[in-house]
Amino acid sequence: MTAITEHVAVLRGVEKSFMAGKRPAPALCRVDAVIRPGCVTGLIGPDGAGKTTLMRMLAGLIRPDAGSIAVLGRDMAVESQQVQQQLGYMPQRFGLYEDLSVQENLDLYADLQCVPHEARRERYAELMHMTGLAPFTGRLAGQLSGGMKQKLGLACTLVRSPSLLLLDEPTAGVDPVSRRELWEIVYRQVEEADMSVLCSTAYLDEAERCENLLLLHQGRLIGQGSPAEFSGRMQGRVWSVGLGGETRRGLQQRLVREASVLDALIQGESVRLVMHEGHAPADEAWSKDLQVQAVQPRFEDAFISLLGGVGAILPDAAQQMAQVHPGDGPVIEVKGLSRSFGKFMAVKGIDFHVRRGEVFGLLGANGAGKSTTFRMLCGLLPASSGSLTVAGVDLREAPASARGRIGYMSQRFSLYGTLSVRENLRFFSSAYGLSGKARGARIDWAFERFDLHDVADTASNDLSLGYKQRLAMAAALLHEPDILFLDEPTSGVDPLARREFWQRINMLAGQGVTVLVTTHFMEEAEYCDRLVIMAEGAILASGTPQQIKQSVAGSGKPSQSMEDAFIALIRREEV
Amino acid sequence: MAGSIRRMRLAGLIRKEFLQIWRDPSSIAIAFVLPVVLLLLFGYGVSLDAKHVPVALVVEQPDSASESFIGAFRKLEYFAPVAFPGMPDAEEAMREGSVAAILHLRSDFGRAIHQPGGAAAQLIVNGVNANTARLISGYANGVWATWLQQYAAQHGVQVNLPVLVESRVWFNSELSSRNYLVPGLIAVIMTLIGALLTALVVSREWERGTMESLMATPVSMTEILLGKVIPYFVLGTGGMLLSVAMAVWLFAVPLRGSFVLLMIVASLFLLVALGMGLLISTVAKNQFVASQIALVVTFLPAFLLSGFIFEIASMPQVVQVITHIIPARYFVSLLQTLFMAGDIWAVIVPNALALAVMALFFMVMVRRVSRKRLD
Repeated sequence: MTAITEHVAVLRGVEKSFMAGKRPAPALCRVDAVIRPGCVTGLIGPDGAGKTTLMRMLAGLIRPDAGSIAVLGRDMAVESQQVQQQLGYMPQRFGLYEDLSVQENLDLYADLQCVPHEARRERYAELMHMTGLAPFTGRLAGQLSGGMKQKLGLACTLVRSPSLLLLDEPTAGVDPVSRRELWEIVYRQVEEADMSVLCSTAYLDEAERCENLLLLHQGRLIGQGSPAEFSGRMQGRVWSVGLGGETRRGLQQRLVREASVLDALIQGESVRLVMHEGHAPADEAWSKDLQVQAVQPRFEDAFISLLGGVGAILPDAAQQMAQVHPGDGPVIEVKGLSRSFGKFMAVKGIDFHVRRGEVFGLLGANGAGKSTTFRMLCGLLPASSGSLTVAGVDLREAPASARGRIGYMSQRFSLYGTLSVRENLRFFSSAYGLSGKARGARIDWAFERFDLHDVADTASNDLSLGYKQRLAMAAALLHEPDILFLDEPTSGVDPLARREFWQRINMLAGQGVTVLVTTHFMEEAEYCDRLVIMAEGAILASGTPQQIKQSVAGSGKPSQSMEDAFIALIRREEV
Repeated sequence: MAGSIRRMRLAGLIRKEFLQIWRDPSSIAIAFVLPVVLLLLFGYGVSLDAKHVPVALVVEQPDSASESFIGAFRKLEYFAPVAFPGMPDAEEAMREGSVAAILHLRSDFGRAIHQPGGAAAQLIVNGVNANTARLISGYANGVWATWLQQYAAQHGVQVNLPVLVESRVWFNSELSSRNYLVPGLIAVIMTLIGALLTALVVSREWERGTMESLMATPVSMTEILLGKVIPYFVLGTGGMLLSVAMAVWLFAVPLRGSFVLLMIVASLFLLVALGMGLLISTVAKNQFVASQIALVVTFLPAFLLSGFIFEIASMPQVVQVITHIIPARYFVSLLQTLFMAGDIWAVIVPNALALAVMALFFMVMVRRVSRKRLD
């Protein structure tokens, strides 16, 4: 046997570029990589790094411009169809026929993979049991929840146990419980069926679950190894800093601006610090009165370090929010809020309040009622019952006057794709009623604060997701609102852009802007002052991140993650 | 072994396609509801014949001769005459559009008819709709000539008749536009099912990302294509049978040619339409673009340039040349011949041959252009 068969896949000098407009944009540059058999390999990288292109090449769907790809010992340029008989590939959108039932989808993929009829009954039973879909075989795939769709997609690719399983961001936008269950299924396949798995993901915590990692950035492979090897390199550079009387946000913002600090993150009641190579907090003047403790590095620290970290955003001196509504009374007050669509209760009588200058989080899986709640708060959707006060105005009586005080950034950013960045800003400023000098000043402010000069004349469709997010946020802030609503602002955005985004949020909160944010990234919940966790239209828990974590763990394990707390809450509810 | 594997994959794809057609109301609408609506609309609503056209009659001096002429006029179902006392009123009615023509008999009509110079009847036609205007004046001239001949015979007067044209209508003796519109409509309906529906369902697979998963399985591109061609061929044949049944039993359009021959040429045309639909979907990967292209490239030409409504021979030379690349042109001519004239081989052979060549061309093109790849 040749050396090639030792690996399930070997990529040699793989290059690929796509046409973006009239000039070629490189997607992959000279990638050399191997995928080891019998284990889970993670393909990690920010949005647009080339992960999907690499996946598709391994599935035989895209041919490289240069270089060679061998999968399962066969050259993909000549024998892709033979390889596909032993391959399971789940694309990002699961590839399900939404108008076919669960059973019909399985039958189709069994036919396409030529699973003999005699073997099917047993395999189906096994898959349905594993995915928990057995009670739903007659249901149309389109009527399944996001998590169930993802499991059905996986079941379809596993219908004929493949030698190599390719999963392209299988957990994007799926709730934490489903994510965890998916990983359990995948690991069972690896152990029981000796399957090799390549899984791309944008969640850095999932990278820790893989045995081997490929790190992709801007089309280049910038690292390959086990998570431990990656984090091992960070030994001695990661620290935890106690608050010592400062607010979490204040301390984080102070530290991230230090030249020797690469990354600073709020984590529980402390700030996690990643230092630049060759620097230690003890040598720095700023650490004098702080309690600094060395902590175990994680893969994420190495990832941020390899990507060069995020530049600090300087505070906005010119921006002085007018203190029109002093006092600590609640800015948003929600009592017994409900909303039904026909017979379906999307929101079931929830209560909460948000104080001025707070960052308040709404956490929950898809379909938990977050977006419905949000739309009611913005006055976009009337409530079925309950009361709703925003900035002292009852939304049922005067939604328009409340709306002038609100900035809203919707899930898909709502930008005009064919308009340039400048044109989008001009349009939104006039939509908010700005004109003349005031308008010009605010547009200049947006360019300056969000660093949009380089892309001023680019159509917003051609922007990267990170830039789109910046532009959308700038547009939502043009009329200087004192309340900002952000609906899933970070979904699909890479870790670097997400960090930058949270820096901006923190800064706004420091200026007295009240921020309401929904997210399904559990670690982002840590950045909120207070939050509520929603499931099926009701509030499961509310309080500070620390309070919520403690309420679940009791006194035993205080340092568990937000995700553990969330899963524990959901499971408790189901019982 | 390889054969049975291939059959299993193809059967799976075909079963899936039928389930999707069955569950998707828009497929059913395009395949069955739209044909029925179009047939009813064209069968009952659209008529290119002139019937019960309101005509103003202005008779200045009623007498036996004018009485007799007007009587002949009233007998015909083409006209619905309305008597007016004088020209000013009739002209006003024409301007308002309440009458489409004015028949004016002057006061000397009864006298002049017996004179060697003969009498004159004035016909003023509203020419806004040129087609109707031509029909009215044609019918009116016919009535005039016939009446004049009869009147002369009865009264023994010598009238100077111009040369009389003895006309006889073949194939569609009632001169009913329905008889040629309904068969021609079948070409439009099959274009909708074959090209528009097929382009839509393939682009939907691209749009929803299911094409990507299909391509990552060991199915071959030929199987994927056959998995689309076979179900929509069956659906198109169903639409064809429905249309023929409605044409024959509901609209009483005669089917003089052979039914088998009709189905054979329809199959050829269906293959051409499917080929165009699949070709469109290799270019357009979302449903909106696919439907736009399909409408402009297949549906509109089938409607306007096929000779289904507008006579090709009376189109400008350049447009006539263009119609040769429109597949529906050959099919419309086959349909009209098979329905109304019968198995006229001189028409059937060249047209069927043209369709066969086009079917082959599109199928080969589709197979060559379709790659089992995303880039």
